[in-house]
Amino acid sequence: MFPANFNYVRPNNIREAVQFLNEHKDDAKVLAGGQSLIPMMKLRLAAPEFLVDIGRLPELKEIDLDDAVLTIGSLIRHADIETADLIARACPLLAETAAEIGDAQVRNRGTIGGSLAHADPSADLPATMLVLDARFSVAGPDGRRIIMAEDFFTDVMTTALRPNEILVSIEIPKMSRRTGCAYVKMHQQASGFAIVGVASLITLGRNGRAEDVRVGINGVSGVPYRAHAVEESLRGKPVDERNIAEAAALAAQGVEPLSDIHASSEYRREMATVYARRSLQRAAQRASAPQRH
Amino acid sequence: MKFPVEITVNGVKRRSEVEPRLLLVHYLRDVLEITGTHVGCETGICGACTVHLDDEAVKSCMVLAVQADGCSVTTVEGLASDGTLDDVQQGFWEEHGLQCGYCTPGLLMSAHDLLRKSPNPSAEEIRRAINGNLCRCTGYQTIVHSIQNAAQKMRAKKPAAAKQVQPAKLRTSKRKREQRRPATV
Amino acid sequence: MAQIKQTIKPNGKYMGRRIMRKEDPRLLSGKGAYVDDIHLPNTAHVAFLRSEHANARITKLDISRARALAGVIQIVTGADLRGVVENIPPMGVLPDLFVPQHPVLATDRVRYVGEPIAAVLAENPYIAQDALELIHVEYDPLPVVVEMEKAIEPGSPLVHEQSKSNVAGTFKLDSGDIERAFRKADRIVTGRFVNQRVAPMPMEARAVQADYQAGEKMLTVWSATQIPHLLRSSLSRLLKVPENRLRVIAPDVGGAFGGKLNVYREEVLLPLLAMRLGRPVKWIETRRENMRAMIHGRDQINYVELAVTKDGRMLGLKCRTLADIGAYPQMLTAAIPTLTAIMATGCYKIPALSFELTDVFTNKMATDAYRGAGRPEATYLIERIVDMAAAELKMDPAEIRSRNFLKSSEFPFTTPSGLIYDSGNYKTCMDKALDLAGYNKLRQQQERARKQGRLMGIGLSTYVEICAMGPATSDPPGGGWESATVRIEPSGKVTVLSGASPHGQGEETTYAQIAADQLSVPFDDVTVIHGDTASVPPGVGTFGSRNTAVGGTAVYMSAQKIRTKMEAIAANLLEINPKNIVLRDGTLQSKLNPKKSVSVREVARAAYTAKKLPPGMEPGLSETSFFSPKNYTFPFGTHVCVVEVERETGEVKIIKYVAMDDCGKVINPMTVEGQVQGGIAQGLGQALYEEIIYDDNGQLVTGSLMDYAFPKATQLPEYICDRTETPTTSNPLGVKGVGEAGTIGATPALVNAVVDALAPYGIQHLDMPLKPEKVWRTIEEKPEAR
Repeated sequence: MFPANFNYVRPNNIREAVQFLNEHKDDAKVLAGGQSLIPMMKLRLAAPEFLVDIGRLPELKEIDLDDAVLTIGSLIRHADIETADLIARACPLLAETAAEIGDAQVRNRGTIGGSLAHADPSADLPATMLVLDARFSVAGPDGRRIIMAEDFFTDVMTTALRPNEILVSIEIPKMSRRTGCAYVKMHQQASGFAIVGVASLITLGRNGRAEDVRVGINGVSGVPYRAHAVEESLRGKPVDERNIAEAAALAAQGVEPLSDIHASSEYRREMATVYARRSLQRAAQRASAPQRH
Repeated sequence: MKFPVEITVNGVKRRSEVEPRLLLVHYLRDVLEITGTHVGCETGICGACTVHLDDEAVKSCMVLAVQADGCSVTTVEGLASDGTLDDVQQGFWEEHGLQCGYCTPGLLMSAHDLLRKSPNPSAEEIRRAINGNLCRCTGYQTIVHSIQNAAQKMRAKKPAAAKQVQPAKLRTSKRKREQRRPATV
Repeated sequence: MAQIKQTIKPNGKYMGRRIMRKEDPRLLSGKGAYVDDIHLPNTAHVAFLRSEHANARITKLDISRARALAGVIQIVTGADLRGVVENIPPMGVLPDLFVPQHPVLATDRVRYVGEPIAAVLAENPYIAQDALELIHVEYDPLPVVVEMEKAIEPGSPLVHEQSKSNVAGTFKLDSGDIERAFRKADRIVTGRFVNQRVAPMPMEARAVQADYQAGEKMLTVWSATQIPHLLRSSLSRLLKVPENRLRVIAPDVGGAFGGKLNVYREEVLLPLLAMRLGRPVKWIETRRENMRAMIHGRDQINYVELAVTKDGRMLGLKCRTLADIGAYPQMLTAAIPTLTAIMATGCYKIPALSFELTDVFTNKMATDAYRGAGRPEATYLIERIVDMAAAELKMDPAEIRSRNFLKSSEFPFTTPSGLIYDSGNYKTCMDKALDLAGYNKLRQQQERARKQGRLMGIGLSTYVEICAMGPATSDPPGGGWESATVRIEPSGKVTVLSGASPHGQGEETTYAQIAADQLSVPFDDVTVIHGDTASVPPGVGTFGSRNTAVGGTAVYMSAQKIRTKMEAIAANLLEINPKNIVLRDGTLQSKLNPKKSVSVREVARAAYTAKKLPPGMEPGLSETSFFSPKNYTFPFGTHVCVVEVERETGEVKIIKYVAMDDCGKVINPMTVEGQVQGGIAQGLGQALYEEIIYDDNGQLVTGSLMDYAFPKATQLPEYICDRTETPTTSNPLGVKGVGEAGTIGATPALVNAVVDALAPYGIQHLDMPLKPEKVWRTIEEKPEAR
């Protein structure tokens, strides 16, 4: 309940923050909304020597949409993503995913960047990032670099972020027309985290067949992953019930699912299939519907 | 190492020096001795410690006092004054939305947050909105009724405010030019 | 919006009516005062070092680094308590119970994860936590006893080497000719039911503060407890402080559900530390500590056999029960499962019963009273086996119940366990519940659903419970009496002082309703005070659904005495015969000439000015009564639960929940509704979500609310509640008690519904909690499912 002592630093800009991180590396931890880090510090599972509070940096609170890209600052809160008109129009999948995170209070405080950098395997956002082909813009001592979502999540609670880097923004390429997306989730009953969370995206071709299929899965493996087998199975086919079910059956192919008191490996595997099917069905419906979702 | 903070609590500006590790809930309860906000768990699940930070419900056990520096905090004590009850408190009283009362302050703050964003919520919407507030006594049904009761009272008073408000205070733009949110979020 | 229909006539101006609670305005405005809200200057904060091992010898305990930390005041270990306070004995025992030494702090041996080893006193809780991390403990781990079925096998490691086995104690109940019943039966239905370990989980964890005023030699203890008086007696004995120098205060208490019906190690240590240190000390339990070191509930395995005829008549019930009591019996630990035994036959006329209970030691936290305390287990085992019998006989579950119910004409009824059921109307209550649920329609819907391949289930549970704990002379002891003082102040305002200790149930309101009606004063003029042993009369505490039935009756009795005295004073003032006085609308008036009257206020003034009192009468208007009931009460009811199971995930969705409860006369239908609904929520919580899991090493796996599924708002249904009203004969108010009814009725209703939903697969039973994976797996394992 009571965090260990630490030194608190409140940099004035990204450059100062990065500089400080560069000096202290693993002894320092970045604090954004704190909804993942502070609970861990209360349990003393995390006890950083320095806490670098970037929570006030205005340049991380920007949200922009141009013709090609939706750019979301890393400090944008889940509640904003859930409810902002702009995001509802430009990237409804992101809004649908954000709405599934934690509870109202956590969404009021937790940030997209904080959640992604924490990289909990049962978090909701990673699968969606994978499906959206998001690009993570990162600031480090040598300037900016881009990490593709697919390269970002490297292990359980581990990302490609270096200790001296800060996630600045998430860039989401504009989706093609006739695209439908969905995020569906089976909740762990106590924590609300995902036992299985499946984000999917289907773009229909003029022939009504799936031109592009992307499926991302949280909760099943220690690292969120793109279910390429599912995607390949469905690509080029009509998105009917049978084809979707056939594809979804491959949701956990090549994956050794996690096992804990809430769900065994076998159950996670099965549920990955069930939820992949549900997610794809919903995405397919939305892709076919006149209003894009 | 102590850190100076200035936090407006229930409308009163308070200045203190705090250890950075001090949680907002302990700052309120132990430094300011404003004890209506309770602690119910350690893991940010129960919501007994819910307060408003710059008008939005947050769990004060998941916020450091230093993070609230420069912000305004409203606790259950700030909802009504002079021994009166506001509409939400009154709704809970009328519908038996509490028994032991321990989770109640947090629930009142969450209910306020919901009703500001959605003045006429369905039962399902209410349940979803209070999923971050655990209650062991009531089984939740009377709480749902309490919030509906409060919503009715509030709508009756302010018919103009009954239309949906845009909850997020985001300023966004379709142009490439940068748009900034206020620095203190 | 209220779900209870007020079909039953109120029995007073206030009694029987939905009246908003007196306690609410303070709780709603953040002005409640729970233990942690009471700040004393110069307080030292206590944190406990707790065992990380389930069974181990402590080979080294080094506090030197922690002691040296700035802000640490003192560290106390078990060695410091030698010869001071060494053992906290239990109260509820079995004749052959092995009672181990139950130390305040472990010295050389720990027997469960969470067992306290040392206490740190520091200037604030953050520093106390820092110090805990600097204490160095070395353990020599021993084999761990986790599962009770294995624990009683020969050769199992022992929790207590001084006992011959892990059998802590036994209890046997035999009635009627059980062998004959089983010989005559057409069918014998058997089941093994696990009633899993769960946590009471009040929102406020435990909290203790103590302060010793050396000048007055007065020790004051604030504790989040259900039993301030019993705690005072225990502390007095253990700490050797006379009771009249010991004041226990249970301020606002944030729920308890049986978890605070105990005398805990921490509660004993804190006052001792306050005396030693000469400073106020405070311990606020964290949630993870609470999950390790506050008692758990349930944890029984019941092996049940029911002998039935082919037309569904129940002839005999055999049950062998193992109860996991953990490592050290707490206050009522050993006695709780005996309540299962004595209530095992439920609402049914079963002529023969054989019940064999074995309490088993394991390396876990103790079990003890959790809402329902032994009765939910009884109801669960009988309601499950009855449903299994119905399924086997292809009989409707309502029909088999109907055929075996005790008839309302048979009360008072002596049960096979020797209890005397006071009153009941089981069939009427069930029929009303089935009507309200639309039972026949539901069965038709179910048939259609099954044809569509949907898994819909309807579950019934008809329960009777034992409440208003209970006669002082009974065995097992039932709690005994409760007392209350009612005082009309000189101004005419009324103060009620109760020895009971409500903590959310709302007796500040219901007691005021009783007093206001009996004294014909406005409800707002009554104030109820409780929970402070220095200001209220003796008491026992709040548990076993006894507050209104026992404590409320004491209020009623005192009010009656005052009423009689007021009549005498009024008659004297009016110069008429007391027999001709009637109390009505706040005045005492002549029956013959209503214009001849004095107000309650005038009588109160007269009582205190004492100038015109009848000869020989003492001044004042204050009366105390002790009510010691001669019998328990036996509330009952029927719960109907309708579910749909999702085949491919195993998720259970509750589509309808109907509760028809009969708790006798009702003082406040609103708070009754609250008790019923909250109880159902806890019952459904056990049935669907909650489970305390220890792994093979005795580590608590569900050790925080991230893993222990405390039900949330979206995980619980709407409840449709109604009542029937069959007064008890055990007290003059006719009230039976309702604090535990929901929990008792809900679990079997839900499980019966799920099993009913899965009947097409030939599934006969599933153990709780019915988590999606378990349901899914059970279906998968059936050949019919493939």
